[in-house]
Amino acid sequence: MKKNKLTFWAFVGPCLLAFIIVVIIPLIFGVYYSFTDWNGINADLTYVGISNYLELFSDKHFVNSFIFTTKFTIVSVILINVTGFSLALLVTRGLKMSNLLRTIFFMPNLIGGLILGFIWQFIFINAFASLGEYTGQMWLMGWLSTTKTSFWGLLILMTWQLSGYVMVIYIAAIQGIPKELLEAAQIDGANTWQRVKSIMLPLVRPAFTISLFLTLSNSFKLYDQNLSLTGGAPARSSEMLAMNIYNTAFSFMKFGEAQAKAVIFLIIVGIFTLSQVYISKKGEVEM
Amino acid sequence: MKKGRKVMLIVIGLLAAGLYLSPFYIMLVNSFKTKRQLFLDTLGLPDSFNIDNYILAWQRLDFLRVFANSLIITVASIALIIIFSSMAGWMLERTKTKLSNFIFFLFIAAMLIPFQSVMLPLIRIMGKLNFLNIPGLIFMYLGFGSSLSIFLYHGFVKSVPKSLDEAAIIDGCNYWQTYWYIILPILKPISVTVAILNSTWIWNDYLLPSLVINREDTHTIPLRIFFFFGEYTKQWNLAMAGLVLAIIPVIVFYFFSQKHIIKSFTEGSIK
Repeated sequence: MKKNKLTFWAFVGPCLLAFIIVVIIPLIFGVYYSFTDWNGINADLTYVGISNYLELFSDKHFVNSFIFTTKFTIVSVILINVTGFSLALLVTRGLKMSNLLRTIFFMPNLIGGLILGFIWQFIFINAFASLGEYTGQMWLMGWLSTTKTSFWGLLILMTWQLSGYVMVIYIAAIQGIPKELLEAAQIDGANTWQRVKSIMLPLVRPAFTISLFLTLSNSFKLYDQNLSLTGGAPARSSEMLAMNIYNTAFSFMKFGEAQAKAVIFLIIVGIFTLSQVYISKKGEVEM
Repeated sequence: MKKGRKVMLIVIGLLAAGLYLSPFYIMLVNSFKTKRQLFLDTLGLPDSFNIDNYILAWQRLDFLRVFANSLIITVASIALIIIFSSMAGWMLERTKTKLSNFIFFLFIAAMLIPFQSVMLPLIRIMGKLNFLNIPGLIFMYLGFGSSLSIFLYHGFVKSVPKSLDEAAIIDGCNYWQTYWYIILPILKPISVTVAILNSTWIWNDYLLPSLVINREDTHTIPLRIFFFFGEYTKQWNLAMAGLVLAIIPVIVFYFFSQKHIIKSFTEGSIK
């Protein structure tokens, strides 16, 4: 049977149809809506030009959430990857309990961000307070009630959740390094740190590209954990971009403005992640 | 390895494991406590393992029903994603035209799009199509899940010799038969990856169901947990029991298939 156009479309069609309806059309309409006064209720929309976009710059909460999100992303990418890489080093040293450790470290990834946020909300508020009382450490009291503790609360949660995932990626990369290379270096008298720095780090570079991409886009697009852990508290100061967009639409019924934010969000995510991949790729070495 | 160093590594490993498990410990012990005991002693073991909190949480969550809803939605979405994405992935890889390249590129590029960018128009369009219900939700998961899935299938098909397809066609199979009897079984390893990656996401998804599903009897686990938790933040013991119930299915699933799961996550990110 000759392959014809009909066969092609029969196989590609179902996915493509769902994809176009769910992603492409909403994306195009989204750009259009960002230039209207859509409020979510009114059926007919009026074209308002770029006024929604101009509005963003004077929206103090949006600017604040942009700064908060960026700061959070930078710190979390570093923390998650350093932790994940350290865990990977730990479980590739041939310990008997390595498999068990791997299973434990990875576990938080399977539970949804919303549920994890609630678990940690309890820990920060109750367990931390209780620990603070035992030990007399006052900084453990009143967590999530200040902007600073909300920031660190989110970071602890995300590091706990995602470090196991990037650990798995780093393990695969470390195990891909030829044993002879490490042994040769050892015979030549390189110590552990020198072997990590001069052989492992350059050779696991592709894994860095992937892990940085994953953690960067995850942190920047964070929503569930933000919603359930802090809900933006105190006073919307820990509200990240994704949540700010949601609230603009559903709490304040400014759908047009929310959509303008969403378009900007798309552009920022694109620029951030693509330039990260470009920069990390440039430094990769071939074996 | 020197003995002293090995002991040090074991100690570090145990400490880290304890640290990673402590949230589960705190959640579990407090789910058995009374409100009063929880307040007096948050970190200690419960006085007795009474399961009152669980019985009440089970009822308030309507647990069997929300569990069944989550299961139906996840299984149906995964089935559709596996069938349709493998069909598309196979056909796109085997067809070398500008059009097929463009379609493939479109799917891949869309992975960068954050959900918030399409969320509002999507809900409006789905509302007009009368699709704000479980079948609509499954359809949306197919649309959102197809990008990564087609990417994975496409990469895997590259390593399947083309002569296999051709032999089947020469033997008189049509394209559908070739796909169904020859290709789909060969794709099984990557189908497991696709199933695991998509199911962890769909099972845990909160935002999309919260926008799509209004009727309480069609709630999923994350959706019901959201309302449940908000209602019982003054009764933490009950809230903790609810959370434990919600994560038990995931933990059970994990301990039976952890090898596949960890492998899938590695493959899914490295491909």
